[in-house]
Amino acid sequence: MPEWVIETRRLTRHFGALVAVHDVNLQIARGEVFGFLGPNGAGKTTTVRLLNGVLNPTAGEIRVLGLDPISQGPAVRRRTGVLTESPALYEPLSARDNLFLFGELYDVPPDVLRRRVEELLAMFELSARADDKVASYSKGMKQRLALARALIHAPDILFLDEPTAGLDPEAARQVTELIEHLSQEERRTIFLCTHNLVEAERLCDRVGVINRGELIAVGTPEELAQRIWHGHGISVRLGRPLSAEAVASLVRVEGVAQVEVDDTELHILLDEEGRTPAVVRALVEAGAEIYAVKPREHSLEDIYFQLQADARGGST
Amino acid sequence: MNTRAVRAVVRKDLRIALRNKGVVLPIIIVPLIMMIVMPAVMIFLPFYLEPMDAGEELRQEMGAFFANMPAELSVLFAGLNDQQAWLMLSSMFMFAPFFLIIPLMVSSVIGADSFAGEKERKTLEALLYTPITTAELFIGKVLAAFLPAITVSWVCFVLYSVVVNIGGVMVLGRIFFPNLAWLVLILWVVPAAAALGIGFIVLVSAKAKSFQDAYQISGLVVIPIILLLFGQMGGVLYFSTPTVALIGLVIWVLDVVLLTIAVRTFGRGEIIARL
Ligand SMILES: Nc1ncnc2c1ncn2[C@@H]1O[C@H](COP(=O)(O)OP(=O)(O)OP(=O)(O)O)[C@@H](O)[C@H]1O
Ligand SMILES: [Mg+2]
Repeated sequence: MPEWVIETRRLTRHFGALVAVHDVNLQIARGEVFGFLGPNGAGKTTTVRLLNGVLNPTAGEIRVLGLDPISQGPAVRRRTGVLTESPALYEPLSARDNLFLFGELYDVPPDVLRRRVEELLAMFELSARADDKVASYSKGMKQRLALARALIHAPDILFLDEPTAGLDPEAARQVTELIEHLSQEERRTIFLCTHNLVEAERLCDRVGVINRGELIAVGTPEELAQRIWHGHGISVRLGRPLSAEAVASLVRVEGVAQVEVDDTELHILLDEEGRTPAVVRALVEAGAEIYAVKPREHSLEDIYFQLQADARGGST
Repeated sequence: MNTRAVRAVVRKDLRIALRNKGVVLPIIIVPLIMMIVMPAVMIFLPFYLEPMDAGEELRQEMGAFFANMPAELSVLFAGLNDQQAWLMLSSMFMFAPFFLIIPLMVSSVIGADSFAGEKERKTLEALLYTPITTAELFIGKVLAAFLPAITVSWVCFVLYSVVVNIGGVMVLGRIFFPNLAWLVLILWVVPAAAALGIGFIVLVSAKAKSFQDAYQISGLVVIPIILLLFGQMGGVLYFSTPTVALIGLVIWVLDVVLLTIAVRTFGRGEIIARL
């Protein structure tokens, strides 16, 4: 059984009449990258604040690293690092001063802090400009510095609130690669709020989709696809198009829910993966020239929009 | 209490505030005018006027003042000629209220930058995600305004003493300043006034959107009220030591009340809600 480093039960937060977060149950394992996806105003930032004890919930329970952020806020925050939506850097100070300041606020021992600051400046390619005022930095540099700041105390969990929003593609890729490095080389647990689905697809082990405060789905992208399209999709690439009779015979194979023909490409929906050999056998018997059979992949984007559409259908 | 974090906040708030021209200019110019230029002109002015025609009006005012003066104070003026009495009167009484205005002004200008300015620049949220408690953050920010307010006031006091004693040597032939009442003013009332400025500015900053906002509200509303209350002090109080101590006490009580209210506006949830 995995070790949950974040757990919530029926987490809820109201702002007056507005329900920003409603009955959210989350479980996040150590070392995983969890993508928290949702449109503007869905409740992502509010959730990050709740998990860090910066805001108190209206109802529900939270455990972060086994601690309760409501009563043990400082202890939780000592072990979490947060990249906020706006970089929130001190612009009249240098990068080095910004890092030292936060190191002191996190009470990193002075000798460790000195080493850590130089390490992070080097890792985030800021060493050359480390003593310049942050006000003179590009947006990408500021975002890298904000990320370095979130790591100053080597936190167990890193919260990233839209880390690439507003960056140009080059700067965004740099940040994404750094996050990949933090996850793969340093094995950090990362809670990534984003509405950039390509980025989420690349980085996340599991995703949760939140809409108007409600968590509408959680799982790996494959699990979500399976849940949405109720079964297992395969794609078959053929040497030449299949005859109409052959397609008709395919539909009669047990477990085949749907067949879509796209010239020499077949998209077949099965009720489970175990039906694949029978389908291949039927195709061979029908005289098909099979070049390739592969599980059909849904992009996270397909999944996300389908979920949002379902949620809209469900609530109206 | 994590004093390292508190010190880090103080240092940071000061460094940032002191790079803001809107903070630095008033802190330098106002004390310079109030404590050096004005005293120099007031005290030395009578020397350059024709001795007796300027004296007429002056003597009338001084006369009214002396007539109401308690006996213990009239000792100060016994046997002094007009010029000497004028020096004594102006240096001992007229400038005392400025030593309330200066700490108030300095602490509220720096406080406006540290409380409202930080909100305006949107850097506060990152601080809230650190383990620092809001009490530590509050104390750090209060000290960042309080310490310079006292420092500036005390430097002013030293400069003022020098200016006044130059007059003393020239007119009385001796160094006569400060007396006990002044020491109580500087050591007891000045810190209270500095804290008062902070108390007001924290409350104002909870509502204000920017440094300018907070600065203007405190400049236009708060300072004039305080001037009204305390501006009369020099004349009304005759500046006896117990009265000065009492005024200090009243301001300290006011401070406790204000800061208690102010600290309530400074919980994590309350701050986040205002961001
Ligand atoms: N302090 C607050 N007071 C009142 N309403 C708030 C407050 N903070 C957030 N909200 C509301 O709660 C809802 C969720 O906001 P939140 O910032 O968590 O969304 P988000 O998913 O982070 O959106 P975005 O992608 O735009 O950052 C929004 O409707 C927002 O207006
Ligand atoms: Mg957000």
